[in-house]
Amino acid sequence: MTQSLPLKMETRELSVFYKKFRAVNGVSMPVYEHKVTAIIGPSGCGKSTLLRSLNRMNDLVPGSHIEGDILLDGQSIYDAGVDVVDVRRRVGMVFQRPNPFPMSIYDNVVYGPRLYGIKKKAVLDEIVESSLRGAALWEDVKDKLKQSGMALSGGQQQRLCIARAIAIQPEVLLMDEPASALDPIATLRIEELIQELKRNYTIVIVTHNMQQAARVSDYTAFMMMNEERAGELVEFDETPVIFTTPKDQRTEDYITGRFG
Amino acid sequence: MQENLFAQIDLPRVYRRRRWINNIVLSLTGVAVALAVIPLLWIIIYVFIKGMGVINLDFFIHLPTAMGQEGGGVTNAIQGTIVMVLVASVIAIPLALLAAFYLLFYAETWLGRALKFSTDLLAGVPSIVIGLFGYALFVVPFKHYSALAGGLVLAMIMLPVVIRSAEEMLKLVPKELREGSLALGASEWKTSLSVLLPAALEGIITGVMLALARAIGETAPLLFTALGNEHYNVFDYVKQGVATNQSLFEILHKILAEPTDALPLTLWKYAQQPYPERVAQSWGVALVLMLLVLLLNIGARAWLARKRRKSYG
Repeated sequence: MTQSLPLKMETRELSVFYKKFRAVNGVSMPVYEHKVTAIIGPSGCGKSTLLRSLNRMNDLVPGSHIEGDILLDGQSIYDAGVDVVDVRRRVGMVFQRPNPFPMSIYDNVVYGPRLYGIKKKAVLDEIVESSLRGAALWEDVKDKLKQSGMALSGGQQQRLCIARAIAIQPEVLLMDEPASALDPIATLRIEELIQELKRNYTIVIVTHNMQQAARVSDYTAFMMMNEERAGELVEFDETPVIFTTPKDQRTEDYITGRFG
Repeated sequence: MQENLFAQIDLPRVYRRRRWINNIVLSLTGVAVALAVIPLLWIIIYVFIKGMGVINLDFFIHLPTAMGQEGGGVTNAIQGTIVMVLVASVIAIPLALLAAFYLLFYAETWLGRALKFSTDLLAGVPSIVIGLFGYALFVVPFKHYSALAGGLVLAMIMLPVVIRSAEEMLKLVPKELREGSLALGASEWKTSLSVLLPAALEGIITGVMLALARAIGETAPLLFTALGNEHYNVFDYVKQGVATNQSLFEILHKILAEPTDALPLTLWKYAQQPYPERVAQSWGVALVLMLLVLLLNIGARAWLARKRRKSYG
């Protein structure tokens, strides 16, 4: 493992609870800058919970809390002085099911920038074009920006959601199984897009598709449930290492399809 | 396993039996549809036939004439109904939407539970009781009946209908939409207004239409609060007010503080009078009432259809 890579985020002995239930147990994991980190593992192993704690989306679940710490550029995102809104501006998120808002394509993209007080039309126009280009959607929609985002195909909707997420120039992009609701061709386009995006953003992606993790990611974290049904990190390494010479027997069993 | 399971079975008989049962059940559902639709069509056609005769322009723009005389209209009732339903809507709809959002987020808190429970109770209170309550609260202290009091009791009737339907519709909005907005750093308030409300708008408007239709048709609570007024005419009040240099507030006060008539009130009063002209007019009022509800419904549907066409290009 290359230790000299710049660290963007880091979890330290992170445990996530829903009320009394421990969903994630003691995960310590680095997220390297401008790399794609994939989190894989069988259903219910806490990979989505881990991802959603990275921009404090779990705060929305009543009764959820954490132990341990999550650092963004060396600072805890749970510090008293840190505004959750700022965490979410710097750490964007793309969801499993495409979720365009019930408004035009244009308004979907500028929704974020407007939240932070950007009002000038010329600036917003520019953000719309650059974000849609960044999400490889510009050519498809440049003539129908006033149309509803809900009228697009599933794959286009997901790219619109990526455009919406990068419109506020986040530093980290979290993706929660972003292609699992899409057909194979749309999936391929999202995967190509992820390769483009990592030049500007640090990406963490949850997937239960191992081939996808092998194709798109630089680092892979493999998680599993322990006896108390809490998700634990089994192994973290460079993706080729995880998929060719894993150190843990459980990782090898999983990637060779013996369970999961 | 037997060699040939079906050799012993008279299959054509089984199939014939199935066709028979299918036909019988299908006929039964057809009869049920007819039983449900016939009374509805009957009412509409009957009211049309009885009411058409008295409907002309005068009916809409003139105040009632003295009892027993020919002619005159029910503009007082039409205007009164519009004013009171407007008052009710302005009060009830925003309040109900806020309450629905509260229920969406805080249904499990004690206040949320109390709100839900009292909403259900309020929906079950007979409207005449709400009228009596309105009389004690909005009429007695001011010592006179008014459009405002009428509007307030109609608001109380609309509230539970809009709250529960809006809550149901908001619950149907996928949770990913809310999370998507919050993940961009939006507040719950901004998310509710810009994302959840538009996503649920169609269903909410249907609920509002139902509530409006109910409010327009209510008679009993208005007996206690609006009373009736054969001289109620908003245009006269505005004309007089402008002529005597009254302020907007004074004119508005006149419109809202006078005893007021309403279509169902007029219907009820006219129908039991001994003058055939008035009885005929009560059918006309019934027709106008029906058309008003119909118009509201068609209007809302047309607006929604246009909105949908626009967004899906």
